[in-house]
This record gives sequence, structure tokens and C-alpha cells, in this order.
Amino acid sequence: MAQTPLPRPNAETRPFWEGAARGVLRIQRCTACGAAQFPPRALCGRCHAPAPPRWEEASGRGVIASHTTVHRPPSAAFREEVPYTLALVTLQEGPRLLVRLRGDLARAPRIGAPVVIRFDPPAGPDAIALPHAEAAP
Amino acid sequence: MRAAITGIGETAVGELPGSSCMGLHSEAALRALRDAGLSPGELDGVLCAYSFTEPHLMLASVFCESFGIQPAWSAALQCGGATGCAAVMQAAALVEAGLCRHVLVVMGDNRLSGLSRDRAVAALAEVGHPQFERPLGVTVPALYALVAQAYMHEYGVREEHLAAMAVACRTHAARHPGAQMRAPITVEEVLRSRVIAAPLKLLDCCLISDGGAAVIVSAADAARDTRRPVRLLGAGQKTTHEHLIAAPSLTAFGCQAAAEQAFGQAGVRPADIDVAEIYDSFTITLLLELEAIGFFEKGEAGPAALAGALDLGGRLPCNTHGGLLSYAHPGAAGGLFHVVEAVRQLRGEAEARQVKDAALAYVHGDGGILSAHAALVLGRA
Repeated sequence: MAQTPLPRPNAETRPFWEGAARGVLRIQRCTACGAAQFPPRALCGRCHAPAPPRWEEASGRGVIASHTTVHRPPSAAFREEVPYTLALVTLQEGPRLLVRLRGDLARAPRIGAPVVIRFDPPAGPDAIALPHAEAAP
Repeated sequence: MRAAITGIGETAVGELPGSSCMGLHSEAALRALRDAGLSPGELDGVLCAYSFTEPHLMLASVFCESFGIQPAWSAALQCGGATGCAAVMQAAALVEAGLCRHVLVVMGDNRLSGLSRDRAVAALAEVGHPQFERPLGVTVPALYALVAQAYMHEYGVREEHLAAMAVACRTHAARHPGAQMRAPITVEEVLRSRVIAAPLKLLDCCLISDGGAAVIVSAADAARDTRRPVRLLGAGQKTTHEHLIAAPSLTAFGCQAAAEQAFGQAGVRPADIDVAEIYDSFTITLLLELEAIGFFEKGEAGPAALAGALDLGGRLPCNTHGGLLSYAHPGAAGGLFHVVEAVRQLRGEAEARQVKDAALAYVHGDGGILSAHAALVLGRA
């Protein structure tokens, strides 16, 4: 089976993936305006403060903003996994995350459903743990 | 604006075995020159886009070398499906600034015969965020499906409303002898087609094609020397994000701002438009843009389309060549076909699909996941 395109952490994203490998969801917060930010960047995308945003542990809770069940995969690497359900989750802190839905919610996804973010076991040379979401307990 | 579209050209579309990216560029360019009554040496500006089959860092120079011209100004522009309209807007800025007299906008790719369908799908999926979208297994249809699901939830849009967009485009394509898909389809057939990324099904998705298109944009005074100029009355652009995870909203995008800029510049309103050619990478793209641009209220484009509003004689004949859903989608040229068709309508040369007395046309392109938008208002000379 062809390799799925695992992320290659860089200067901006490494703290996220280091947290993910330990099962911790981390997002950025601007030290000047306080905006929560994801995906991670070198500066604050809202107020453009030059100081790099600070990393913090997020609540890991959010709601489904949208969802789709993928039947036609992007490449052979994903062929054995279809159909799978993707969801955009709006975190309590504000930013949006794309995840796989797992559990009963994957079979009957619903916009507005509360979810918690979890992580797959770390895989690959960079120990990448991809996020997924389950129905909030 | 002091610019005109003075020439249009296109190649055949569909599966064109033996075609090449540069061959399609050259054929479309020659046709546009012939249409305008200009010679290659009169072009002093060239704008190209991008290619999947012959990717290059400097596609405009590659084209100029291949075509045999040495223009004063040339560059390639990349904003996905917005590139066609954005390039026309950029060409107009060049002629208005006095930097060029005649700018060739040319795009083409043999995306169907030059790539397998799998490779084309994989190449397109690379627009997803490399770390936070692609590793999850997104495709472009999946990203648009996420928009569709959110939009349907917010505005009560149903799957048959999306299907109505595909049916409307196919109905028009049936009147275009060159369209890739001409067999009529029904709402039920769209709904029953294979699921790609729910709620989007195969017939909610655009085609993959070979083909090329070209447009010549000239300074207003230079346009007098050409055959049948069409006036560029207004243009607008807006970019809000690239990746869907970073979009400010899942249901409101830059379409409205780009359209308002174009309408404002032209001094017209959506209700004044006789014919619209609107980017339709997916049925949701077209439906959402029709409503965001102001042609229909939120949630009303679907029911209106089911009642024939987008057909000839309807409230807003739209995608009269069949669009990306039924005419062809060879990449950047796909968006430029919308411009070519608008010009043809304004010249009264659209034959069986002619909108009667079309005097004002609106063209819209969007790139990425509704990320970058470009809008044009064109008027009969």
C-alpha cells in the first residue's frame, strides 16, 4: 500500500505534533491581542504582532461545524480506508480543526454535535499522531 | 474601464489524444488572434496560468518561446479557478496603465489524456493543507462537500437543489455542439449517481478535460482596429483564505466582495445582468455563488433553478456553454471558457444557446476552496 502523506513538522508546526504525540491538543494564542490561532503561524494572523504566538493546551472540546463521508479517496494510499468521515470541528477556543470522526458519530454525523479531540497512536519517523474526534462523553 | 476584449479563441474540448499543453495554448492563441484580426507581433503582453502535465516555474516564457513571440511583458498567474477572470482583470490593468496595447491571456492543459483520472484527482488534492488537511485524506470534492453540508444546514438547501445546478448546465451543454457532455440528465439521475464525498455525487462534480482557451484584452483606443470588441465595464477580486480550516466562514466567502467591486465599477446591479457565466467546479459552488453575488436570495437559487430560472428565457440564463460541469474543465482554461462564452453571448454569436438581446454579462471565477474570487462585468460595445 502506498504511504499516506504524513505531515513533516516544521518550525511553525512542531509544537503541535509534539503535543499530539503525547495526546495533547495544542493551539497558539497571541501574546498581544489574545486571539487563539490554528493552523499555527510565525505571527498572529489577526493583529500581526511580531512576537510569536504562545502555545497552550486547548480544551480538546468543540462542535461539528460540517462533515462529509469520503467514498472516492485522494490516492491509492487511502483506498482501503473508504468510506471515512471527515469533520470540521470548531474548538471551544474558536479555531477550526479537520479530523476523522470515529465511533457512532461517524455513522450519523450531525452539525452542532459536541465532540472531543483524541489522537491516533504515533506513526512514522516523525511520530505523527493524527487527530480524530468522538462524541463528547 | 478603458479596456476591451477584442479576441477569443478555444480549442476542441474533451479527450484529445495526442494533444499537449503548449499545443493547446498555441491553437487557442492563434484562434484568438484570427478572431481579433491581429498578428502575433502585435501582442505586447502575455498572461498564462499553470499546467499539471507540463508544469514549469515560468510557464509564460515557455509559451512565448513555443509560440514564437517576444512580448515586452509576460508572466504566469496562479489563483486556481479564479485565474481566468483574474488574468483578464490584470490584462485590463496593464492596458489601462499604458504598459501594453494588446495582452494575450492564454491557458490550456491536456489534463484528461495527459494524466490518468487518479493522478488528476491526486494532483488536485494537493491544494489541501499539507499538514492539517491532506494527511486526513481530503480531496477537493470532500472540501467542497464540507461547504455544501454547512450551507445546506444553514439555508435549508436540499440535495435536489444542488442537482438542479447540474441539470441546468447539462441543458445548456446539449445546445453546444462542442461540449464534452451533451446527453440530457434529470435531477433523479444526479441524485442516483455514485457518491464521491457526501452530499456530493459524481454528477455534482465538474469534468476533467483537455482543452485550451485564449482571450485578447486591448486598450480602448487599440480596440478600434479589431473586429468585434466587447467592453470590460467592471472587475473585482477578493481573497479570504486558502485552506478551508482557515476560512473565516463555511458559508460566506469572498464572492460577494469581488462581485460588489465589479458591479460598482460598472455602475450596474445584479438585476441588470442578461447572462451569467459562473464558476461551477461543483454544484454547490454555483448555487452558493448565485446567492452570494446577489442574483438570488439565500436558499432560493435551487428552487428557482428547478423551475427553469437558469435556462434560456429564465430569470438568469447561466453557464450557457454548459460550464465546468458539462462543457469542459481542463484547469485554468475552464474558468476562461466562461469569459469566452460571455463574449460570444454579447456578440450575438452563441447560435442555438443565444440569450436574446444579451447586452450585459457577468463572469465569476473562484479558486481553491472558495478562497480567491474574481468577477467581471462585460458589456456589448
